[in-house]
Amino acid sequence: MAGSEAQPGLPPVLADWFTRQGWALHPHQSDMLARAAAPALLLIAPTGGGKTLAGFLPTLTELAAGGHQGLHTLYVSPLKALAADIKRNLRRPVEELGLPIRIEDRSGDTSYTQKRRQRADPPHILLTTPESLALLISYEDAPRIFAGLQRVVVDEIHALAESKRGDQLMLALSRLQGLCPGLRRVGLSATVEDPAAIARQLAGPAGCEILNADPGPDPDISMLVTAERPPWMGGGAAYAIPAVLDQVRAHRTTLIFHNTRAQAEVFFHNLWLANTDDLPIGIHHGSLSREQREAVEAAMVAGRLRAIVCTGSLDLGIDWGDVDLVIQIGAPKNVKRLIQRIGRANHRYNAPSKALLVPANRFEIVECVAALEAALAHDLDGDPKGPGPRDVLCQHILILACAGPFAADEVYAEVSGTGAFAGLTRPDFDACLEFCATGGYALRAYDRWQRLLLRDGRWQLRDPRAAQRIRMNIGTIQDTDTVKVRLRGGGKPLGEVEEGFAATLTQGDTFLIGGQIVRYEGLRELTVEVSRSASKRPRVATFMGTKFATSTQLSARILAMFQQPDWPSLPAHTAGWLALQREVSHLPQAERILVESFAHEGLEYTCFYGFAGRNAQQTLGLLLTQRMEVAGLSPLGFVATDYATLIWGLEPVAAPAALFNGADLRAGFETWLAGNAVMKRSFRACATIAGLIERNLPQARKSGRQATFSSDILYDTLVKYDPDHLLLQITREEAMRGLVDFGRIEEMIARSRDRIDHVTLDRVSPLAAPLLLEMGRVPVMGEGRERIMVAEAERLLAEAGIADF
Amino acid sequence: MNKLEFSFCGADLTALPSGALWFAAERLLCVSDLHLGKSDRIARRIGLMLPPYETRATLDRLAMDIGAFDPDWVICLGDSFDDLEAAGSLDPEDQSSLLRLQAGRRWVWIAGNHDPGPVDLAGSHVAMLRAGPLVFRHEATAGAEAEVSGHYHPKLSLPGMGRARACYLLDRCRLILPAYGAYTGGLSVTAPVLQALMQRRADVILTGARPVRMPMPRL
Repeated sequence: MAGSEAQPGLPPVLADWFTRQGWALHPHQSDMLARAAAPALLLIAPTGGGKTLAGFLPTLTELAAGGHQGLHTLYVSPLKALAADIKRNLRRPVEELGLPIRIEDRSGDTSYTQKRRQRADPPHILLTTPESLALLISYEDAPRIFAGLQRVVVDEIHALAESKRGDQLMLALSRLQGLCPGLRRVGLSATVEDPAAIARQLAGPAGCEILNADPGPDPDISMLVTAERPPWMGGGAAYAIPAVLDQVRAHRTTLIFHNTRAQAEVFFHNLWLANTDDLPIGIHHGSLSREQREAVEAAMVAGRLRAIVCTGSLDLGIDWGDVDLVIQIGAPKNVKRLIQRIGRANHRYNAPSKALLVPANRFEIVECVAALEAALAHDLDGDPKGPGPRDVLCQHILILACAGPFAADEVYAEVSGTGAFAGLTRPDFDACLEFCATGGYALRAYDRWQRLLLRDGRWQLRDPRAAQRIRMNIGTIQDTDTVKVRLRGGGKPLGEVEEGFAATLTQGDTFLIGGQIVRYEGLRELTVEVSRSASKRPRVATFMGTKFATSTQLSARILAMFQQPDWPSLPAHTAGWLALQREVSHLPQAERILVESFAHEGLEYTCFYGFAGRNAQQTLGLLLTQRMEVAGLSPLGFVATDYATLIWGLEPVAAPAALFNGADLRAGFETWLAGNAVMKRSFRACATIAGLIERNLPQARKSGRQATFSSDILYDTLVKYDPDHLLLQITREEAMRGLVDFGRIEEMIARSRDRIDHVTLDRVSPLAAPLLLEMGRVPVMGEGRERIMVAEAERLLAEAGIADF
Repeated sequence: MNKLEFSFCGADLTALPSGALWFAAERLLCVSDLHLGKSDRIARRIGLMLPPYETRATLDRLAMDIGAFDPDWVICLGDSFDDLEAAGSLDPEDQSSLLRLQAGRRWVWIAGNHDPGPVDLAGSHVAMLRAGPLVFRHEATAGAEAEVSGHYHPKLSLPGMGRARACYLLDRCRLILPAYGAYTGGLSVTAPVLQALMQRRADVILTGARPVRMPMPRL
């Protein structure tokens, strides 16, 4: 680290303050200051590397002298909490030195009066989120609000760049650049596999200079060894509770990461049952109410907690102080995310972070060892980002229309200057504009009710009152439909569960939320009412959560590991399991597909080891069972994991190669895709972002549901009457990458090239055995199931003693 | 077509998968809550431009049922149009499909709360109608006997069924039809208003590929 001598470019008043704090600038912080004039700059630094200060030094320097009128620097982060945290940190030197700098944050939580005042008299530094920024540029007075803006700092840009929030932000910045041509951009990123791609996101197709901070020492990372063997299947890792508690006891503060909220809830519950010392342990995840999360955050900052059980909601930037251990429960699925999580420990520069991986089951031991090796080899994974999503562009066009009339040529020029939309053709842009203006239907029905009209060469809202509704629906975050959970009798909100989960509950069911067991009492106006339950065990396990697929790179590492002659890096029981699989069948290989068939308890099972990740294996299950239904093999259901799809039915599969042929899979896919539930879910998201469906309505929602109807109906109607509609194109593009993940199936087809090894066994194979215990079975709704439903209805009728009236 | 036959107040009736009701003795086909022109009304009122195909989709479905049974009578049980203005601004192509459906049979528009007045289309406009032992009106009335109505858009979701399906509701006095229109949401049969409306012993008939009859779930 540099000494306390004067830093070129740093005003003495700031330099002195740093010296008094005993701080010295890191080299990358000085570098950022030296390049303050660069039109765009990306800083890659590990967690705890003083990224944010590096981003703000030029701003503080430029503002210290006073005299700047209006907004100078806009700071955008993915988390409201992060903006609030940064505000506190920045205000300290500003207040202690009496600098003439006003710093404020703005988010959905900011009061109405405060927001009005910020528009009339903007602060020098405004800290905000992509959604709040999009809202700001939708105002007619946006040119006045942003007058004088010099710099924009995008924090945690690696996280934003992975989602549509990043695309929306970059579109908003393209508008700001139009308003303030001299605007300089700075991106702050954690370690990523492809920094140049982030630079293009930030600065446009040409990219920008990238500064790399010293990555610091390698993390101290290992797999937790327990006396108890991990179970064959499941994600709870309950077996590891005593060992995890020992670790918590031995450290100051431990973060215990989980891949899903559901697993976090169950683990937290079990941890408390075993926590005989009453160690203060909290839980934090995105489904908990804001009050609950804030309480945990405050306790954490104050150092009152020894551990927090958490999910991705703690992946990002807030400084948690004294974390000295990160525990990852369950295989990390993705090495990049693992590295970023590990960075949460020892949030101090140049101290190694300490982390433990806890495999939840036997297969995850293999995954964890593969991830450890990848982490030590600095081999990060990630999928290249596709072209800019056009639903986000449609929303951007509507936002611009709220701000006032615009010329299509100008907007096209701005939009195609962003990295994500650099490849957008003019016809594609015009189709989005057309969608916003008329709906873009083949049937021209809305000539009288167009949303946008062209007057004197400029597009504008037909009815200016529409701006209110558009503004209320800004944003790209798609909460799956969730309903609030609160204690009956006006109790405090406990959190949220998915609507689908709420629908499965009947009165008296008990489930876990926020670490407590509650009893379902009823659904009242979109709120689940519960009471406290004395029961020891929740009847319904818990609510669903996002499941990440194992990355392509990590899957490839696992397949490569299988080819080793032996496995010294694996525990003996796991190595023995793989050896047995090799003896009775094969171990899967990257360039071939292993298919195993066996009979078990009266059903015929076939297992396809595609190693294509959970979503793609799920798609594969849907495709294969559909083909089996046609072939008369009466499939009854399947289950998919990250590495295999297991299908069961009434007839044995004699020739899987015929089912599994790449060309046929692709051909069947297109027709299958149209009717698929995943497509409907993707459509709902795209249609909401593009402004066809409104999440938020001006009045309170109507109580009856007669007025609302499912977006599935809109989807079915479009597929039937307007199959080439823009929204269907966007939906298809989206689903191929996301939930359907056909890209991973293509990758699997490409590496295996229809080379299939079919092994028929007289019993369950070692590798397939855990799949028989896997949760999340998908029934196949074929002719057989219809018959079962009719029989069930008849049984109910007979039970009720009713034949007919 | 998978149909479900049942008797109601002395009439032998058939529930069709689409949500239409066939009364063979009178050669009468009854559909409820078509809500034609709904996307037009939504665009006019709030500026959202939904896929403007719901009138076409609804009429296509109706054409299938009419083609299959060739009824003498078609009763539209109210809320046939999303509002009177939507009735006046039907697309010319939809108007001619409707005329083709009406040719050679008697067509009755029963008034609903969305379309209380007469519309400028062929067919007779009435508040209610009697046919055989049954009385047809839009909204169920207190103390009614042998009454066929619509209005509520009943639907039901069963565990494992996926999305909720529109359904018929049936007790000794009342038959409530599902909404037939393409863009119609539904009201769960567990809603208090439907629980209160139906007698203790009531049944549900689910629409869908195979209509299924079962007891009405009670809270």
